[in-house]
Amino acid sequence: MSDIAEKKIDKDTEELLKIVSGFEGKFEGAFNIRSNGGCLGRKSSENIKIESKTDAPGLDIYIAPGTRGERVFIPACVTVAGVDDLVYNDFHVGEGADVVIVAGCGIHTETGEPARHNGIHRFLLAKGSRVLYEEKHIGTGAEDTKKMIDPVTECFLEEDSYLEMDTSQLGGVSSSVRNTKAQLGDRATLVIKERLLTDNDETAQTRFSVELNGVDSGVNLMSRSVARGNSHQAYQSVIIGNNKCHGHSECDAIISDNGKVDATPELYANSGDAELIHEAAIGKIAGEQIMKLRTLGLTQEEAEAAIVEGFLA
Amino acid sequence: MLEVKDIVFDPEGSRRILDGVTLQIPDGKLIVLTGPNGGGKTTLAKVIAGINVPTSGQIILDGEDITALDPTERARKGVAFAFQQPVRFKGISVRKLLSLAAGRELTDEELGKVLTDVGVVPEQYMDRQVDTKLSGGEIKRIEIASVLLRKAKVMIFDEPEAGIDLWSFNNLIRVFEIIRDRRDCSLIVISHQERILSIADEIIMIQNGKVGLSGNRSSIFPRLLCKNECDDCGTCVRTEV
Repeated sequence: MSDIAEKKIDKDTEELLKIVSGFEGKFEGAFNIRSNGGCLGRKSSENIKIESKTDAPGLDIYIAPGTRGERVFIPACVTVAGVDDLVYNDFHVGEGADVVIVAGCGIHTETGEPARHNGIHRFLLAKGSRVLYEEKHIGTGAEDTKKMIDPVTECFLEEDSYLEMDTSQLGGVSSSVRNTKAQLGDRATLVIKERLLTDNDETAQTRFSVELNGVDSGVNLMSRSVARGNSHQAYQSVIIGNNKCHGHSECDAIISDNGKVDATPELYANSGDAELIHEAAIGKIAGEQIMKLRTLGLTQEEAEAAIVEGFLA
Repeated sequence: MLEVKDIVFDPEGSRRILDGVTLQIPDGKLIVLTGPNGGGKTTLAKVIAGINVPTSGQIILDGEDITALDPTERARKGVAFAFQQPVRFKGISVRKLLSLAAGRELTDEELGKVLTDVGVVPEQYMDRQVDTKLSGGEIKRIEIASVLLRKAKVMIFDEPEAGIDLWSFNNLIRVFEIIRDRRDCSLIVISHQERILSIADEIIMIQNGKVGLSGNRSSIFPRLLCKNECDDCGTCVRTEV
């Protein structure tokens, strides 16, 4: 065991932890709290061991085979300007385990200096394991300070495993580049639900690249985003079907003000039995949706807010 | 009491759709607007709801001229409108939409009641999204529920029967009768459906943008049912444009 006693958590960090990982003074389960490149506290459980890497900053999280119903929390916060935090976290999920991993990153800065968090996560799912991964990103504090979050995620799914990634970035992050790669074995399934909101001059790039190598493997990528102000988003999904498999990607974006969104799907069917689909829809909020809500008594602004809130929920 | 006074609607680049429509809709009465497709019924309903702005004429609600009010203001004055083709929303649940309609968060019990009234199984629908996964009939029922939950002085239902099965339809008829019997609002239903016409207090034909035949059910209904479709049998009303 390598538990690290919890250090005093300042108000800004506590607020970020609450937003990104539902922190309410403590975590129920194994956890590691990363703050400004250091560790604010760590606790392993009987089935989930969290160890520091010896060759790089970051963690190895070992989830024992057969572990069921447990949650592990790995949030990261940056509250000091000028920090450029880089972390490598590897999740080793044992055969038949079924767990929830709650990650997320919050950046809060008040001065003019930029701050960055770059989390490189690897998910190694053994045969028959199931993981629900929840990740929230947010930037708070002074609007004119650059806050950058650039996650890199690599997923390796062995046969019959299932990974669901529920990610959201709901404002305040000046720029983000998200790069997610996955390789799936026989009957493995990957589901990704992404929610993205950008405003002002923010930029966000998302790139998914999924290789469906196993027979009857499948992926479902669903991205919903809203681009406001002068913000720009670029969505790219690459699905490569190398076997009898099914892949689906869906990009729905609402643009308002001068917001811009690009969507670039790429589908590669390298097997005659691959079934791959992409859907993309980009546009303003439909006028008829606003009108329906106005006939219920909402103002134009209230209607737009309700539609965006629901869309990104 | 809702009064529609000499409404004219001339959309830009199109023929005149409403040509001097005048109606009085008293509280506690079920008024059915019927008539041929393209005759102006839906346009009239949208003028009452504030969605279409009339070229001339007035809409008076309980003595107050609401012609200049926008759809939000009219809704807040008590005008409720169920669209013929309901709008779908990605991400908004039935619970959320109906809570917005009611102006407050609804309890499971309240949701259960209204969903049962429109003929859907509450537990299966409360947390479903009002998106393209709902069938035409299902979304129609949710649309009707969104109007039933309003504290309205005028309720307008535009072809509520479309896509609704027989069992739900009987329920819907019962709901209309209950609203009528409360006698606290004007109830307007746009319909061609015989069962709905058969429970109307008054039937008003809208044809070529004008009020055609109108009167109480007993005087109008038999004439609408006459299949002769002629001008001179003395019973029927020819509805072809």
